[in-house]
Amino acid sequence: MLYPRREFPIKEMDFVRAGEASLQVKKILQEIHADEDLVRRAAIACYEAEINAVVYGRDGVMSLEIDEDGIYIYVEDKGDGILDIELAMMEGFSTATPEIREMGFGAGMGLPNIMKNADEFTISSAVGEGTRLKIIFRTGWKKTEN
Amino acid sequence: MRLADVVQRLELKVLVGSDLLDRKVSGGYAGDLLSDVMANSAAGQLWITIQSHVNIVAVGVLRELAGIILSQDRLPDEATLVRAEQEKVPLIQSSRSTFEVSGLLFKLLNE
Amino acid sequence: MSESNTEGWVTLRRVAQILKAKVLASEDYLDREVQHVECTDLMSQVLAFVQPGYLLLTGLTNIQVVNTANISGLIGVVFVRGRPPAMEAIAKAKAVELPLLLTSYSMYEAAGRLYMNGLPGSSD
Repeated sequence: MLYPRREFPIKEMDFVRAGEASLQVKKILQEIHADEDLVRRAAIACYEAEINAVVYGRDGVMSLEIDEDGIYIYVEDKGDGILDIELAMMEGFSTATPEIREMGFGAGMGLPNIMKNADEFTISSAVGEGTRLKIIFRTGWKKTEN
Repeated sequence: MRLADVVQRLELKVLVGSDLLDRKVSGGYAGDLLSDVMANSAAGQLWITIQSHVNIVAVGVLRELAGIILSQDRLPDEATLVRAEQEKVPLIQSSRSTFEVSGLLFKLLNE
Repeated sequence: MSESNTEGWVTLRRVAQILKAKVLASEDYLDREVQHVECTDLMSQVLAFVQPGYLLLTGLTNIQVVNTANISGLIGVVFVRGRPPAMEAIAKAKAVELPLLLTSYSMYEAAGRLYMNGLPGSSD
């Protein structure tokens, strides 16, 4: 592993601190001189995942791992879980309350946006079991060493 | 200006309310937060937004808006369409962004 | 007459003039060129449509506007309806060199005035 695994806590309903985990990840990616476009895509994907965890996730954690192949971001939460993942992945589908919408969130674009920005994205979730996201960005660093 | 003229000049698509286009448009209001639109919009304004869920209709009714333009090709869900028909709130669609629709409407109404 | 660079893009400085806006943060960066203007209160909309030279007009006043703007690479944010963002949002914007402007115009009127001054939206 190129960089030691880092973990960033995500606190439920904390809309002042929401985004800080993503900004930390962004900072680290910039420190290791990851490609600018990759940094932006990763930051957006992280932020969408973080906001989801803040809104729906009870408490969560974002983890970052980096090796020669890529950048791996894991977001795990202890929320209620997703009833229908396929539905959740549809643009515009949202389970947000009116209060959440009035804060500027809940447009239902988060998961589709993560998928759009990531190189690989897997999500596993079940009602009562929380949600786990695995978001991968391939850096191609290994190839350039040869 | 009549809503029908606005629809024609801005190349908008009427989803609900093709029989309601004779009403007068007094201005525009752009925004996606319902509480803000409820507090600050005025009767006769055309509301431009990307919010497409059913609660927007209630806002349209309560504020006596001329209608709601969903920008960026936003499609209202079934519940919203039904409610708009019931409450007689014109729902209109544009492929342009909120910025562009607002700009064009502003220009049109200030000609 | 109008403040634009040699390629014809309008600067944030000119936007501030058109909107009679007050600068709340990062006034050293008003020479940034506006290539694209969007109006929304929904942060997902901003995150989903990243563009170079993107200026956001919004009525949302919480700190997440600054985070969203920073993450999406926006060149600036204009707050409308005379409602400034929270203090922590202004502080954060200063820290990340993000210009924040405040106008009393409504989002609709601000958009209208910018549009009439030739500022581009997404179709241009």
